[in-house]
Amino acid sequence: MTHDEHKEGIGGMANPTRYGIERVAYWLMRLSGLGLLAYFVAHIYETSNILRGQVGWNEFLELTQTTEGHIFLALVIAMCVFHTVNGVRVMLGHGGVGVGKPARPDYPYDPASQNYRHKIGIYSAILLAAIATMYGLAVMFGE
Amino acid sequence: MAQVSSIAEEQASTLKTITLRIARYNPEHDDSSKFMEFNVSYEKWTTVLEAILDVKKHHDHSVAVRYSCRQATCGSCGMMINGKPKLACFTKISELNSNVITVEPMNNFPIIRDLAVKFERLFDTHQKIKPYLIRDDTELESDAKEFLQSPKELEQYIQFANCIKCGLCNSACPTMATDSSFVGPQALAQAYRYVADSRDKGKDSRLKIIDESHGIWRCHFAGSCSQVCPKGVDPAMGIQFLRGYLLGFRS
Repeated sequence: MTHDEHKEGIGGMANPTRYGIERVAYWLMRLSGLGLLAYFVAHIYETSNILRGQVGWNEFLELTQTTEGHIFLALVIAMCVFHTVNGVRVMLGHGGVGVGKPARPDYPYDPASQNYRHKIGIYSAILLAAIATMYGLAVMFGE
Repeated sequence: MAQVSSIAEEQASTLKTITLRIARYNPEHDDSSKFMEFNVSYEKWTTVLEAILDVKKHHDHSVAVRYSCRQATCGSCGMMINGKPKLACFTKISELNSNVITVEPMNNFPIIRDLAVKFERLFDTHQKIKPYLIRDDTELESDAKEFLQSPKELEQYIQFANCIKCGLCNSACPTMATDSSFVGPQALAQAYRYVADSRDKGKDSRLKIIDESHGIWRCHFAGSCSQVCPKGVDPAMGIQFLRGYLLGFRS
């Protein structure tokens, strides 16, 4: 942290522990976004192996058939499902949908924008990601 | 006399002590901040600000802190209290449930000294969104009537008019943590306050101001701003409504 501007920095931005489940969702959204971007780049590299012919393609594909490969793909499933479901919630919120109505606030000032609809959306995204990952693991390791 | 003595004994028995850790930093001669610890007695109603003022009075008068009203109205005493931005005058020690209380200057604001931070940027961004009614006519003319407004119209913005410009929202915002140019939740919420005011005609000009690369699009709806607001402003709600105007969800 530099003292000139006293910015909290990436460490503060990425710290999910202080501001409830909404900040956790924010953090997971960034993390899964970066993870999917990395997967996208890796996927392009992977599919480019087709240029090495059938043998080269099969050689590379064998990497995904290892335990590490299965765990990596399970993580991709988790990131993809969470990012999609939470993304729908965030997009609706960004349009002002489901963020409550302006009203005179009463103490203790629970923010209407952090309402149960959004909390349900966040927990649903986490739950669906977990279910999809477990299903993926069952398919990959159940062979 | 015996009664006075028993009251004094009772008061002494209810007094508890905490360790108050205060971040000390003077940009003129310090390279980094360090913490000084003080043992402070408190009652169940003692606020963090009162504890800091107790330290100033009895232990170290050089501790720098900004405060004024002591009743969550002036917005001067915002600081990080046990890692979260709060108003020191609005936070009781007893509600923190900790024997050690750490106070630091608010994040994302340049430090003047110790707990006092500079507010210039917050006031600049607040001013940037034109925080006043924009109209062609005026109610100041002698024959003009006041601008009428129904209670329903008032409800659309009154919540956002509670802003005391304490800066807690900007301190909690994850985008402010990394982007020096972001306009910030305080200014965006105030932009909505005027856009939603039925008397105002400056919606287009305000939307144009915030529709830029470091403007409203940098908000990712983490909602931390709303969670720390001590006046119930809910900046996250106002920002999403503003974005609704820009995206065509609202008219």
